[in-house]
Order: sequence, then C-alpha cells, then structure tokens
Amino acid sequence: MLSRTADHLYWMARYTERAENLARLLDVSYQMSLVPQSLASQNENWRALLALNSLEDAFAVSYGEVNVENVLRFMVCDPANPSSIYSCLRVARENAHAVRGTMTAEMWESVNATWIELRQQDFEHILARGVSEFFDWVKLRSAVIRGVTFGTMLKDDALHFIRLGGLIERGDNTARTLDMQYHILRQNDDEGASDFYRWGSLLRSLSAFQVYRKVYRDAIVPARVAELLILRMDMPRSLHACADGIVRMLQLIANDSSAETERLAGVLHARLHFGRIEEVLAEGLHEYLTDYMDRIYELGEGISRDFLIAS
Amino acid sequence: MSTDGYNEMYANGGALRPHYEAFAEWLANTPVERLVRKRAEADTAFRRVGITFAVYGEEAGTERLIPFDVIPRIIPAAEWQALEAGLHQRVRTLNAFLHDIYHDQEILRAGRIPADQVLNNAQFRKEMMGIDVPAGIYAHIAGVDIVRAGAGESYVLEDNLRVPSGVSYMIEDRKMMMRLFPELFSRHMIAPVQHYPDMLLENLRTVAPKGVANPTVVLLTPGAYNSAYFEHTFLAQQMGIELVEGRDLFVSNEQVFMRTTQGPRQVDVIYRRIDDDFLDPLVFNRDSMLGVPGLLAAYRAGHVTLANAIGTGVADDKSIYPYVPEMIRFYLGEEPLLNNVPTWMLRKPDDLRYVLDHLSELVVKEVHGAGGYGMLVGPASTRAEIEAFRARIVATPEKYIAQPTLALSSCPTFVETGIAPRHIDLRPFVLSGKRVGMVPGGLTRVALREGSLVVNSSQGGGTKDTWVLEN
Repeated sequence: MLSRTADHLYWMARYTERAENLARLLDVSYQMSLVPQSLASQNENWRALLALNSLEDAFAVSYGEVNVENVLRFMVCDPANPSSIYSCLRVARENAHAVRGTMTAEMWESVNATWIELRQQDFEHILARGVSEFFDWVKLRSAVIRGVTFGTMLKDDALHFIRLGGLIERGDNTARTLDMQYHILRQNDDEGASDFYRWGSLLRSLSAFQVYRKVYRDAIVPARVAELLILRMDMPRSLHACADGIVRMLQLIANDSSAETERLAGVLHARLHFGRIEEVLAEGLHEYLTDYMDRIYELGEGISRDFLIAS
Repeated sequence: MSTDGYNEMYANGGALRPHYEAFAEWLANTPVERLVRKRAEADTAFRRVGITFAVYGEEAGTERLIPFDVIPRIIPAAEWQALEAGLHQRVRTLNAFLHDIYHDQEILRAGRIPADQVLNNAQFRKEMMGIDVPAGIYAHIAGVDIVRAGAGESYVLEDNLRVPSGVSYMIEDRKMMMRLFPELFSRHMIAPVQHYPDMLLENLRTVAPKGVANPTVVLLTPGAYNSAYFEHTFLAQQMGIELVEGRDLFVSNEQVFMRTTQGPRQVDVIYRRIDDDFLDPLVFNRDSMLGVPGLLAAYRAGHVTLANAIGTGVADDKSIYPYVPEMIRFYLGEEPLLNNVPTWMLRKPDDLRYVLDHLSELVVKEVHGAGGYGMLVGPASTRAEIEAFRARIVATPEKYIAQPTLALSSCPTFVETGIAPRHIDLRPFVLSGKRVGMVPGGLTRVALREGSLVVNSSQGGGTKDTWVLEN
C-alpha cells in the first residue's frame, strides 16, 4: 500500500488510542482526587500528570495555577493543547479523512461521527457536572471504532498498520500510567491507607480490576499489579501483550529494510516474555518503565523510517 | 423563449406528463411530514458519511453539504435514447478534434475554425503536438452540461473535458432515494447507475500503454482540501485503486512509480483530477506542489496514460464551443443531434456592439471561467452590477462570450414553502476508450432559489436523483 496511506492509518489509530488512554488516565486521576488527601498533595498529582506528558510549560502559559479544574479543561477540551482529548480526536479524524477511501464505509463513519458528536459536547456542562460520563463516552467511541475496524476490514496491510499504531500507543500509555501512579505512591508513603484505592483505581482505569481479582484471587498487592500490567500475556493492555502484537504485526508487513526494527521488537518482546516481576522490581520499576518507553519510542522511529517515510 | 420555461412534470395547461403519472400518484398519497422527515434523514446520513464539498474562499477546511432534493427528475426512455445518441456523436467529435489539432490540424487548414482561435488559446498545449495517445482518446471522461429550454428542446451548455466532477453525487443520490423510498423503485422501471465505477475502471484499463497486460490504475488527487475530494476517495474506493497525491509518485527512467510500504511500484494509468497546470512542475506551473516532476516526459515516452489527456481544455473552451456543430459536420459528416446555444463572441465587433446594447437580457460568461464564477446573468442583475460588468467587458472583450438567457426547464422541488418548480440542468458522464459508453441519466442539479438559473453547488445549487425509465 501507499506509504502515505499507511502513515495516515497508523497515526489515526495512534491518536484514537491516545484519546482513549488519556480518558482512562484522567479518569483515574480524577477518581483519586476524590480520595481524602491534602489539597497540596492533590495538586501535586495533577502536576505529575502534566509532567508525564511534558506539558508543564504549555499549561503554564495559558492557565497558571495547577488545580483540578484547570488541568481538566486543558487536557479535555482545549483545542490549543495538541495533547488534549479534543485535539487527539480531531487529528485522528483528519488522518482518517485523508485516506477514507482505504477504510470501510462503516469505519470512516464511526470516526467521523465521533468527531461530529465531540463538537456537539457542552464542555462547560461536562466540566461543571462531572467528567466521568464524558470519559466513558470517549472509551466507548474508541471501542466502537476498534470494533468496526476488526469487524469490517479486510485483513491486509491497512489493518496491520492500524493495529500496529494502536499497539505502539497502548504500550506507551500503559507504561506511562503505571509509572505515574508508582511515582505518586512513592511520594505518599505516609498516606498508606489510600494506597488500596490508588492501586484499585489504576486497575480500573486499565479495565483490569476484575481481571486482577480473577487472576490472583487475593488482596491488591503492588507487585502483583505490576506483574499483571507488565508481564501477563493474557492481559490485553499489558506491556507484554502490546509487544507481542507489535512483533506479529511487524512480521506481517515486513519489507526489505525492516529487519532491524523487527529485531528490536523481538528483543523487547523477549525481555517481557521471559522476565520475572522480582527482577523488574529489583531493577527499579521506574527505571524499567522508562527503558520500555525508550524502546517503544525507538520502535516508532524505526516504523516511520522503514515504512511510512517513502524512500 | 417564455420566461416560465418548460416544466418537466406538467404540460402547458397543467396536465401531468405520462412519465410522471406513477410518481404523482405516490406523491399525492405521501404526507408532507414524511417528506420532511425523509429529507432530515438524508441530511443526517450525508453528513455522517461525509458527502460534503469544500467551499473556496471560506475558512480552510469548511465542508458543506450539497442539498439533496427528495423529488426525482424523470426522463422517459425515448428522450434519453435521443440524448444518448447526441452525446455519443458530440464526444466522438471532440476527441477527433483534439487528435487533429495535436497532429495535422486539418480542420484549421480547411478554414472551418480560425487557426488563431485554437493555436493562441491558453488551453492549447503545444507540448502535446505529435504525441500519440492510446486509442486516440483525449477526453476519456466528459461531463456534458445539458439544459432544456423553450418547448423542451435540449441544448448543450458546456462540454466539460478537463476534470469534470459530480458523478459521485449521481450515485449517492440514487443510493439515498432507494434507502428513503424503496417503494418507488418497485413501481417504476428505473435504469441503474451504480455500475458507473466499474465502467470507468474498465474504460481506464483499455487505454493503458501498449503491452501492459494487467495495468495498475491510480487516481491522482490534489488532496483533502480540494472541493471534490469526497468524489476522489469515493471513486478510488469503488474502483479498488489507490488514491494518490503527487508526493506519492515519482518518475525514474521515464516511468512512473508510487511509493508503497513494499517499495516502488509502477503505475500505468493515472486518472488525474488535477488541472494541467499543476501536473508537472518541470514543465507547467513551477510552484505546483501537487504534481509529479518528470510526469510529462514519462507521458510523452508513452509509458503512462493520463486520463484525461493533457490539453483537452482547448476543446471545451467557451471560445471554441460555437464551432462544435461545424466540427461534427467536418469529422463525422453528420448533422448535429444536439443543439448549441446561440453564442456571441465579443472579440467580434458586431457581436460586441449587440451584446453591449442588450446586457440586461443576456448571460455573459468569461471564456475561461468555470463553476458559475465570473458570469453576469442580465435579467437577474441590478443596474449597478450590469454597469460594473460592462466596464470589464469593454476593457477586454475577447475574454467574454454572451448567450441568450435560456429559460431553463424546471422540475418540482421540495423547498421551504412546499413543492414548487425550480430550474434544473443535467450532466451526463460520457466515457470514451476503445468504445464510448455512459450510464443512463447523469447528475441533475437544481437551482434552489426561486427564479435562479445558476445550478452550481458553489452558488447554492442542490442535486436530485435522475431516473431514466426503461420501456
């Protein structure tokens, strides 16, 4: 297929997935802000969320004070923030529009309808009356788009590039979310009682709460949360599952210049496939996740170079 | 010509025309509320599917719906057969003319058309001289605008031979009518149109360069901000071919390739929806970012087919239009089956004098204009508008032609005030390759404003489904 077409499909998938993950991340942050804690530590959490996305400077320019209202407005509906949910869904739709002919009619319609509905949202109302319903809507739309994609598209390269984009983005986002929660937990050692809620919210944000209960049948223990979200192959949002999917997609789209990218993906996958959570924790969770995100970034660069930027 | 014009549904005196009888009965039994509801359903569906067009001059990326009218325009079989024969004759002639003027120029030597009208025309591409194109076809796709005036006789208003658009609306309008009012299709024998993309692809494949057994066909678009982008995506998808932009293609060794995720792949036929000027920055407009450097060289070498060919604009130019009947006699030895609209050429002093004296009655058009931009509709203009236009004509009369204001036929249309007559035209799409073919009907455009004669979508026109009834 055309390199440019692959590029648009790949980024459409990435931005759709990014919007969904942002909704998940913001939702868990919002839920946690409802857990009793000092205002200072609450705002510290929001600051961490901005830092996680390298958005402190952009935020400071137009908002100033870091608090729940400002951060939500900035991250949910600010069209000037290229990382807001609003902007992500706009870019996803623009990418889809550029190649709408390569996707099924149902798929294009589900992406376009998402954008049309987004523009009809009353954000003042949403911000004033509770954002969770909106986050649910974002997750639902992402699920609809994904479902229509897998349910209607031919299993050819177009679908492979869409899946690849989604997996790269999801792996990165799971790692970020985990890293941020871990960072906050480490700072809040004295507020131990809230840990249960924090880890619980984290699991819920990744649709993993019930999965955890089912898999471990036990109390929520940080090491197991980490294991579930990093190493479990059968957990669809885990780092392992993402790496596994990336390897398979790369095999399907391989060309004459993609061997090195395939090798890097294989190395990443092997680390997760044969890793043990004790070793991960011994290395330091933050260090491990940072290394993972670096490798994902490198894979993204490789994919662009090998397939998307035409020679 | 009476100002009321011909009504497609009712004869003078109000009697229903026979081909509208079944429809009229259905309409009489359909409450207005249902039409309102169905129209809203159509709007929602068109918007969701993104059947929109971009409007030039408005904020970048502005997308608007072309209003869709739920009342079809119906053409009886015999009427269509006559039109079809006329279109066939006309498009064959125009292709013969293009081949001639880019080779031996017999028609000029015979003195049937003043040579300077052709050779000094901005649309005449000397780069095309002596190039042999597959099957001798230049205008593979023609969108011929036809209106009915007077007592119902048909006139060709324009031969669009460059990158005519609108065929996607023809197909989508039909799809919409079948969805909204399926019962109408069991009551009428309506000739299908949805196979147009198959015909088009087959047509494009027959004009591939010699020796290519299984040609790769692509559609070249200027990109997502072009007003007809929806149509480009629609046709590419329906034909199952790649939709490419200039940057997706490159030329190596006088061959055209597209950049794919599996490396370069050779392209044999380009259905281009980009104007000549932007095709190749090495030859034409140097600033064009839309084209492909070296494309003309590959084309001249015969390694790729462009559809339509370069330089077709000289045959649909308004200054050449008056000579088409003469061309038909010259190339085919036949009398024209379709009428030309009487045309004054303002470069001629007599014509200019007459037109300046009668501006309030006439339509004046720029020779190179298109899309309803840059024209004066005398009867619909204020005195000040007429005087402003007069000044422009006097400054450069050779840039203009004038025609009588045709009382375009009208068709009942569902507007805010209810069902009322509105003026319409028809754009059939004629495909030429090894053979000439077309799907029955075409795109009917309707001027939604009362009394308006301008049907262009950029000027507030809408569309209707067009039914050719089978016997």
